[in-house]
Amino acid sequence: MAYENDMNLKATELRLGLPGTIDESQIKEPSFLKSNNKRSSGDMDNSANEDECSPVPKAQVVGWPPVRSYRKNVLQQQKKNFDSDVLGMYVKVSMDGAPYLRKIDIKVYKNYPDLLVALENMFKFSIGVYSEREGYNGSEYAPTYEDKDGDWMLVGDVPWDMFVNSCKRLRIMKGSEVKGLGCL
Amino acid sequence: MSEDEELPDLDGGAARSINSTAVSGGGGDQNYVSPSPDQVLENVLENVLYFLTSRHDRNAASLVCKSWFRAEALTRSELFIGNCYSVSPGRVTNRFKQIKAIAIKGKPRFSDFSLLPPDWGAHFANWLRAMAASYRALEKVYLKRMCVTDEDLAITAHSFPFLKELVFVCCEGFGTDGLAIIARECRHIRVLELVDTDVTDDEVDWISCFPDNVTCLESLIFDCVETPINFEALERLVARSPSLKKLRLNSYISIRQLYRLMIRAPQLTHLGTGSFNTSEIVAQSEQEPDYFSAFAACKSLICLSGFKEIIPEYLSAIYPVCGILTSLNLSYANISAEQLKPVIRQCHKLQTFWALDSIGDEGLQAVSVACKDLRELRVFPVEALEDVEGPVSEVGLLTISEGCRKLQSILYFCQRMTNAAVIAMSKNCPDLVVFRLCIMGRHRPDHVTGEPMDEGFGAIVKNCKKLTRLAVSGLLTDRVFKYIGQYGKLLRTLSVAFAGDSDLGLKYLLEGCPKLQKLEIRDCPFGDSALFAGLHHYYDMRFMWLSSCKVTRQGCEEVARQLPGLVVEVIASGEEENETNEYVDTMYLYRSLDRPRPDAPRFVHIL
Repeated sequence: MAYENDMNLKATELRLGLPGTIDESQIKEPSFLKSNNKRSSGDMDNSANEDECSPVPKAQVVGWPPVRSYRKNVLQQQKKNFDSDVLGMYVKVSMDGAPYLRKIDIKVYKNYPDLLVALENMFKFSIGVYSEREGYNGSEYAPTYEDKDGDWMLVGDVPWDMFVNSCKRLRIMKGSEVKGLGCL
Repeated sequence: MSEDEELPDLDGGAARSINSTAVSGGGGDQNYVSPSPDQVLENVLENVLYFLTSRHDRNAASLVCKSWFRAEALTRSELFIGNCYSVSPGRVTNRFKQIKAIAIKGKPRFSDFSLLPPDWGAHFANWLRAMAASYRALEKVYLKRMCVTDEDLAITAHSFPFLKELVFVCCEGFGTDGLAIIARECRHIRVLELVDTDVTDDEVDWISCFPDNVTCLESLIFDCVETPINFEALERLVARSPSLKKLRLNSYISIRQLYRLMIRAPQLTHLGTGSFNTSEIVAQSEQEPDYFSAFAACKSLICLSGFKEIIPEYLSAIYPVCGILTSLNLSYANISAEQLKPVIRQCHKLQTFWALDSIGDEGLQAVSVACKDLRELRVFPVEALEDVEGPVSEVGLLTISEGCRKLQSILYFCQRMTNAAVIAMSKNCPDLVVFRLCIMGRHRPDHVTGEPMDEGFGAIVKNCKKLTRLAVSGLLTDRVFKYIGQYGKLLRTLSVAFAGDSDLGLKYLLEGCPKLQKLEIRDCPFGDSALFAGLHHYYDMRFMWLSSCKVTRQGCEEVARQLPGLVVEVIASGEEENETNEYVDTMYLYRSLDRPRPDAPRFVHIL
């Protein structure tokens, strides 16, 4: 199919294999599969990340080997965690009014609550409750971060994995600037 | 093939006996003069039926005569529906009036591996409607591979005020909203178990919804629920649940939190440890809890699982219970043989062991030395791919067979295998009831001799006289099916993939295995003439599944025509209505007493 316009390059392709053997590439991708990877937590955007991080398999067949997707997902996640444990992702954390900055490895945390609790402990303050509409309510602080594009974003808006991969530094904002955010 | 926890034996069962009575013309009453029917009934009820718990016995009893049929229907309290579409809910509620416990299974097992499009069916709602009206005293509900919504859970909570046990295995469709309703409203709930079930995160703190007073909870299993948990609420819940024996936590529970729960519940018999990891950054100097002593306090802990993100260094904490464990599930713990050995060599009472292949042949060697009482072994792959080097092989299988002679059930994923090892196991482990071998490379032969794996599996069916469940893999010709047909006389469940040469393969099976109930086949060259070879047997089966084989639509139609009591579903796997496709994507057939299900989606054609 794909080779029709290609002057039959396949015939001249260098491969490791006996001449005449064909690679049994049965890539059956029924359309329903795309929506089948149901994940319960909105933050664990597994299906997107799987394509990014895992090496391209040779010739995947649907449902083979017969391992349930829950199990596959758990093991995949472990692998990712392991990789980040090894590499780490340290970002600077500043807090308005604090005399010096700190550094934390954001890959240590599993999700936003984990991170926020750690920040609260580190700087001895209280963050308040996050809501999509109003940001952080009930506190004069708001955690923000600088993303890859250089923009300052409110922590919590995007899925956790996306945040981890795009966060360059953290800043805990205080006071009037925070109120400004709440009015947006 | 793949993991499949055995159904706890909820006895009762409609399909078989209903089917028999339908065939024998059960229906309206005739002029029937019985010698003092009340007398007969009384005797029967007192002497026989009262003691009959097994559904197979009850089915037999119900066939004796009409009064026995009626008496049995009145006294049966547990119902088992092996296929939710084999009988209509109305027919069941008409016949059985006193049901206290029900088990319903829905989708075919291959749906676990994405071979069935979503929205195929198995909606609990249909059954719930009928049950809510008739079985107000219902106490136990067990569902496997069913679609359940939050609304279903709400209706369940409202309709069954005496509900005690709710178990979901491989289900989907509801979220923490639904769990909150159950927690809040089912005042008598003792058992709430979610196993391999997809639960959406509605961001509801369902743990806090349990009533504040002392609960009668005996079992709380939620290790598959991938949502954060309000730990303080959970801790309080455990503290006020003195009857709690089974607790399986999800991976959002850290090992520190596990510790706090364990010291509140030393009476636990079954524990799922959650992540077994620490999410907090612990300063080096900070005191870690004494996990070892927490385990030491659990004098009755016989079943241990979890370890979803294990830090192997923490594994030594479980030493105090190794000596009493009968079941250990390390199948999410990516640990090496060296890390396993100090644990497993203490587990001399172990009967069930699940692990990842990361332990390698060497780890299996340690198991075979230490666990002489082993009945069930499952070895899962860390990497479920076809073209990788696998850490377990025929060496591990052989060593297990030599050390664990009482083995009854095995599930083994590997990359290479030999006939010799399989033959050895067939001789060393004569008690095998379940043999499931998954050589992950398709069509892979014996890697030493280059031969097909026919002889190995042949030896299994021949030597393991108690075998009822088999899954085959590797390079297989029609010969293996000849062996299975010849020797597999007790075989009830068979799983086949990428095997066989011709129609003969399937013919051997259908003609040779009289007890075959569940047959699932994918990617084999079996066609219509093989399909017809089973016409004499399909009414006695729970189902047959054929996907990516060589059956045509006409073949399926012919079967449907000849067997009106059978539902033959042709399921398309893609969106394109492929008229040019010679063969059907998937055929799924099952017997049914009632007309075909009205809820079939558009990609399912019922012939």
